[in-house]
Amino acid sequence: MSDPVLATHGLMKSFGALVATDDVSIDLRPGEIHAIIGPNGAGKSTLISQISGGLASDAGRVEIMGQDVTALSTAARARAGLGRTFQISALAMEDTVFENVLLGVIGATAGAWAMFSPVARNRALAERAMAALDQVGLANAKDTRCADLSHGQRRQVEVAVALTLAPKAFVMDEPMAGLGAEGSKALTGFLDGLRSEAPILLVEHDMDAVFALADRISVLVNGQVIVTGTVAEIRSSDAVREAYLGAAP
Amino acid sequence: MSTVLIIEQVLNGLQFGVMLFLMAAGLTLIFGVMGLINLAHGSLYMVGAFAAAWVAGATGSFLLALAAALAAAAAAGALIEVLVIRRLYKAAHLDQVLATFALILIFSEGTRYVFGSFPLFLDIPAYLSGPVTLPGGIQYPFYRLVLIGVGCVVALGLWWLTARTRVGIQIRAGENDREMIAALGVDISKLYTLVFAIGAALAGLAGALVGAIQSVQVGMGEPVLILAFVVIVIGGIGSIRGAFIGALLVGLTDTLGGIFLPELFKLFMESGAATQTGSALAAMAAYILMGIVLIWRPTGLFGARS
Amino acid sequence: MIPERAINAAVICGLLAVPIWAVMADEIFTITLTTRAVILALAAVGLNIALGIGGLVSFGHAVFFGLGGYAMGILAFHAQTFTPLDLGLVSVNGTKSMPVIWVVATAVSALAAWVIGLLSLRTTGVYFIMITLAFGQMFFYFTISWSAYGGEDGMSIYVRNGFPGLNTLVPIQFFGLCFAALCLALLLQWRLRGSAFGLALNAARQTPERVETVGLNPMRLKLLAFVISGAITGLAGALFADLNRFVSPTMFSWQLSGELIILIIIGGVGRLMGPVIGAAIFVALEHWLGGLTDFWHVWLGAILLLIVLFGRGGVIGLLTGKAGPHV
Repeated sequence: MSDPVLATHGLMKSFGALVATDDVSIDLRPGEIHAIIGPNGAGKSTLISQISGGLASDAGRVEIMGQDVTALSTAARARAGLGRTFQISALAMEDTVFENVLLGVIGATAGAWAMFSPVARNRALAERAMAALDQVGLANAKDTRCADLSHGQRRQVEVAVALTLAPKAFVMDEPMAGLGAEGSKALTGFLDGLRSEAPILLVEHDMDAVFALADRISVLVNGQVIVTGTVAEIRSSDAVREAYLGAAP
Repeated sequence: MSTVLIIEQVLNGLQFGVMLFLMAAGLTLIFGVMGLINLAHGSLYMVGAFAAAWVAGATGSFLLALAAALAAAAAAGALIEVLVIRRLYKAAHLDQVLATFALILIFSEGTRYVFGSFPLFLDIPAYLSGPVTLPGGIQYPFYRLVLIGVGCVVALGLWWLTARTRVGIQIRAGENDREMIAALGVDISKLYTLVFAIGAALAGLAGALVGAIQSVQVGMGEPVLILAFVVIVIGGIGSIRGAFIGALLVGLTDTLGGIFLPELFKLFMESGAATQTGSALAAMAAYILMGIVLIWRPTGLFGARS
Repeated sequence: MIPERAINAAVICGLLAVPIWAVMADEIFTITLTTRAVILALAAVGLNIALGIGGLVSFGHAVFFGLGGYAMGILAFHAQTFTPLDLGLVSVNGTKSMPVIWVVATAVSALAAWVIGLLSLRTTGVYFIMITLAFGQMFFYFTISWSAYGGEDGMSIYVRNGFPGLNTLVPIQFFGLCFAALCLALLLQWRLRGSAFGLALNAARQTPERVETVGLNPMRLKLLAFVISGAITGLAGALFADLNRFVSPTMFSWQLSGELIILIIIGGVGRLMGPVIGAAIFVALEHWLGGLTDFWHVWLGAILLLIVLFGRGGVIGLLTGKAGPHV
């Protein structure tokens, strides 16, 4: 078994009396999609924030490629290889699709301190941005303002921005949320191909997508991982059934 | 430096502090409930002072003057809430700043148009003037003690209003969830007008009370307003308790700094330079205090952690 | 609707045409008024970089304006009284040379912006507005109580400072200097906006989380923008002091901070020429309304209120029909 790209060890976070995540240890191996599922309030969003750096953990470690990044900022974790997408699109809505993706390239090349040369005319950067847009199939919408995009298109831009970072691991927070059946299907196909580029830690409510994509699934309940296993193992797990449907009579 | 002087200055600091609290309480209440930053709060302070000075001049009654200050400021507050402010609750902070800045321009110049550029004077009534002798033989102006008393009574009253009354419960609910309390059948726009008018009345009261020890003139509100901002930043925006503590801290720092910093510098500098450095530093003391608090706690002493 | 480029070109032509006409018609006062507009525009261009691109609602930009002014005032004061300026470790002579004064003014303002930015940027939203406002007051009261340089009364500089090769006492020549400074600042703002830094800063205004997740530090972007912004406004302060040959604590007043924001709002937030149009209109209103009534601020207030409530985007938004950046 190869070394994990991304791993958490005993992550804890509590808000007052509420324990949001409790001793969460998961890993993401090369080439896989590892889905995190669980009922509402199970701690999935907290876990994502702890991994990406938005929220400091009370205890535990986060490692990227074996490097301990627990003490690093969100920006430093991104530079260490974490490509994150948001549940609620966090795009610069006034800017065009191209400009949003270009921001990713600027971040990836650490080029934000170039203050006098017109960035849009920098061919190397522009090509990299266009390559990411091509990959998600949004090249012809490049000059559209993000505010004018459909919900599904914004999701695609989110992924394109993450792609420009050439991350070691993707962390995706409910990419299917708000997409119609068609949209989910298209994105599922796309993510399926993406795992060869970098493994994906996928938090998702859409069970069709999860079962179609995931190599492994971890079930988070009340802040704890109650089980990790393959799709088949999860489908037949009593513990999962109990968590979702309540205790068997 | 005698104990008497120190006690006197501490009392002066408390008096300044509680007056700042009257301003800061309204600001922080309005921000906490409606999410609005109101620069024109200083204008309401001025309105209160002018109303008091005018009525006192016409009737000779200080109590009537105070009542007029409360009424005029509350009315002016309710008026601008209905005409302008309520369009700003959902607007960006920049819009709120600009619109309320525009209101300052209108209030200030309007007042100058009506009352002229010369300061008005509001006299302390005979029954409140003169010194009293405190335990230990310290002579202190009775009026200033009354101000401290009024400030503390208002603080208690506000605590009672927000913690114990029906309106207070609605106000606190409004801070947490606008839709919820609208769903409960509370007329939210009336509630907002009421809260705004209460805040305005407190500012007007402060203006009238302070107007009796300083002159009443156009532009008197803004320096106080900005110190009140310092107070609520220190205390944590939205917190009445924070406003009270912050106001006392700022009042004491500002007053005591002006007296003691020059003395402090005289210990190791020659007298003239010490006075200059000390008083220049004292002028900045409240802001330095704010800087320190913010480094320590970016959302103020009692502010919500983000 | 008129393209923004055409508006920009028209504004620059107008700014040149008015003083040229004034020279021919011998209207010295008009040149002074235009110079005043150009300097205020320069100060607002500085603020526009922080406010319009970075979304930093600084209500304390008068700090930098005042620092620039006092840099000029203090250096020229020591030059005209032939006293050395004691800086603790070293003692330097004053100067009446504009280039030297400008360098000092921008450097001091940039340094102050860096310190104020470091502290203020720990906070956001209303806190940021109030803290920058409080810093402004802090400097205001400091200069009032600092009697060595005039305290509340300020100080007068008897002869305008000099620039090699020019006679700055001739109004149109001094105008030319200010106009050149404004053009340079506009060029800088334009290049900045189109650069990688400008794109990242503009994104940091709209969505700081996103900027972080691509590996950039939004606070550092904003801090640098704040420093550049403060430096430009500081330069404007030095020029303003030279225009009036007078500095006083009112250069630090919160009203001035407010007016700088107003200029930008009137013209159009985040637009290249927004501050310039705003400053031109402001100075024109001040002169024209101020001539009609002593209470012209009431009308300024009313106009401002109408713009905020009904006309976001300012004059440029109105002319181009396009909404500008949202701050």
